[in-house]
Amino acid sequence: MEAAHALASGTSSLLVWLVALPALGATILLLAGRRSDKWGHLLATGLSGASFVVGVVELFKMLSRDGESRGVSQHLFTWINAGSFKVEAGLLLDQLSICFVLLITGVGTLIHVYSIAYMEHDHDRRRFFSYLNLFIAAMLLLVLGDSFLNLYVGWEGVGLASYLLIGFWNQKPAYATAAKKAFIVNRIGDMGLSFAIMIAFTAFGTVSFQGVANHAGPEHKQVMTWMGLALLLAAAGKSAQFPLQSWLGDAMAGPTPVSALIHAATMVTAGVYLITRSNFVFDSAPTAQLMVVIVGVVTLLFGALIGTAKDDIKKALAASTMSQIGYMVLAAGLGPAGYAFAIMHLLTHGFFKASMFLGAGSVMHGMNDEVDMRKFGRLRVAMPITYLTFGLGYLAIIGVPPFSGFFSKDKIIEAAFNAGGARGWIIGLAALLGAAITAFYMTRVMVMTFFGQKRWADDVHPHESPKLMTAPIIILSIGSIAAGALFAFGSSLQLWLEPVVARGFVEGEPALQPIVVSIMALVAVALGVALAYVKYVRVPVEAVAPTNVSIWTRFARRDLLQDAFNEAVFMRPGQYLTRALSFFDRKVVDGAVNGTGALFGGLSVRVRRVQTGYVRTYALLILVGAALVLAAMLAARI
Amino acid sequence: MNPNNYLVLSALLFSIGAIGVVLRRNAIVVFMCVELMLNAANLAFVTFARLLGNLDGQVVAFFTMVVAACEVVVGLAIIVTIFRSRRSASVDDANLLKY
Repeated sequence: MEAAHALASGTSSLLVWLVALPALGATILLLAGRRSDKWGHLLATGLSGASFVVGVVELFKMLSRDGESRGVSQHLFTWINAGSFKVEAGLLLDQLSICFVLLITGVGTLIHVYSIAYMEHDHDRRRFFSYLNLFIAAMLLLVLGDSFLNLYVGWEGVGLASYLLIGFWNQKPAYATAAKKAFIVNRIGDMGLSFAIMIAFTAFGTVSFQGVANHAGPEHKQVMTWMGLALLLAAAGKSAQFPLQSWLGDAMAGPTPVSALIHAATMVTAGVYLITRSNFVFDSAPTAQLMVVIVGVVTLLFGALIGTAKDDIKKALAASTMSQIGYMVLAAGLGPAGYAFAIMHLLTHGFFKASMFLGAGSVMHGMNDEVDMRKFGRLRVAMPITYLTFGLGYLAIIGVPPFSGFFSKDKIIEAAFNAGGARGWIIGLAALLGAAITAFYMTRVMVMTFFGQKRWADDVHPHESPKLMTAPIIILSIGSIAAGALFAFGSSLQLWLEPVVARGFVEGEPALQPIVVSIMALVAVALGVALAYVKYVRVPVEAVAPTNVSIWTRFARRDLLQDAFNEAVFMRPGQYLTRALSFFDRKVVDGAVNGTGALFGGLSVRVRRVQTGYVRTYALLILVGAALVLAAMLAARI
Repeated sequence: MNPNNYLVLSALLFSIGAIGVVLRRNAIVVFMCVELMLNAANLAFVTFARLLGNLDGQVVAFFTMVVAACEVVVGLAIIVTIFRSRRSASVDDANLLKY
């Protein structure tokens, strides 16, 4: 029985340093304040790099052990000890978390380096770096926590860091609103996670991964289904999946390195991590798994459609992130057949999307922070390095062999077709359609930015970015060339993750031969590129977005009405509800209290008239009263 | 002599005093009427003491006299002060202490 398998078989005292180093950086920079302006960015970058080194050391230690005993844990302290309920604060590093640790610290450090130059002229650069370090620490805690509750701490931590960084330039009200929007939408997802934790506690009395995994199996199908659905809600919030996807586009208000690190490479993939980490829950709950697949498919098409209509380069990339994470969620929903591919696509996507976002940042750096692609064009001459690296990322994301996206996305499409029966065909074809649309909108981004006629204003002088910015992009684009082949060759990543996510899983007979799927995917990509070629290369791109467009374009430009829908269905009724409640409070509750007061106030105005001030009146009343008392006493006597 | 006559006298005096307090405006007269009521009560106490054959009523009558003396001291002082400031001894003029 797989449930009897222990997640960790050894211990390591180094794990705490992975989290502690960047947390230390954030603390020092926040406490030292302006005094650390001169060296803060160097310290933050150094500590993030040190965390990466610890991660590499752990990787080599892990490689020296064999498959089943690679997971290690570190017990920190007893966090909650209340009767039978006990939560240990502990870290768990296994084959799954090490992938994330290296991605977070590796890409994170590169983006720290990039930000040194990108944020050079911002006088709040130190604060920016302290938030980045806070993010790295929280994200590492998220992937290293050994229980749902520990994960939750990191989960909230990255939410906070994301909020702080989206609203980094909060002097602009629109950016501050974007930060709030991200935070509030995420909160709905976080509610899902807390429900999942409560369900686990109520049903099993434990919240640790190991404890819940021990209960996995068909006998707890119903509990696992509910828990799976709650976890899916959490994943949808954090990973911008349907129906909680609306925040990601606005999150592009943050500085571009943040978009690259948090809203492309790492934090938004936390949902995929959560689903993969909770594989024992989903494997016992087919209904929840089906919901995961549906959410993934809907989001991958949804994001891709939005991407086709965006003129803002960052928003186009954000829509593409949403769509790519849709692929990962789809793969994670396929169960043991897909977890490894979800992680593979997550890692390759981390490389190529981060490199493209940094490329977009480099373009903005040279173009006075312009983001409208209609004002770009022909930048390949002015920014050769950015052009080349962005081009490599482009080839990777649309899935051209031998770049990394080809291997990872191809595997997902393959796994989707292999899901079996009509379901397999539907999600497989949806994934293929997504690949075609991806090719279309990414070609559009590429063409509008780097090809065609120059459309920028005369006072803009595009130039290549400094080496401190181009170097991280180059390193990341090497990743986007090589990572896919590295992970896919001999199914290396699949075998690496097998002890964690796919114990005892035997692959069935594939519905379609891999080569057939590859050819279909390439045909879809070619169609997408060809359509973009016809629309954006043969016809010159206009410098101002055309307004006489079809209703479908308008639909996509408005993010498929996601905001209008949320506003009409959730925000307005919510507003009406609060208004009604406030009305009730003012009129009924306050009315009762104030009415009582007014009643006695009014009564006293009348009653006090009795006090005339005439002594003789009082004397008469006393006399009458005394006479009445006397009469009553006499009457009682008789 | 029939003790009832004393009681009737006491009741008459009390009624005269009470009517005087309610009807008269001059503070001095009102005051004298109050004294009349107190003394009517004293007469009733003494009569009952005589009827019942113990001294309780007579003791209370002495207490009443002491209280009446104190009352006169304080009351007259107040009336004189009010008269000095307002040039009037009418109880209806001193009606500021009201709602």
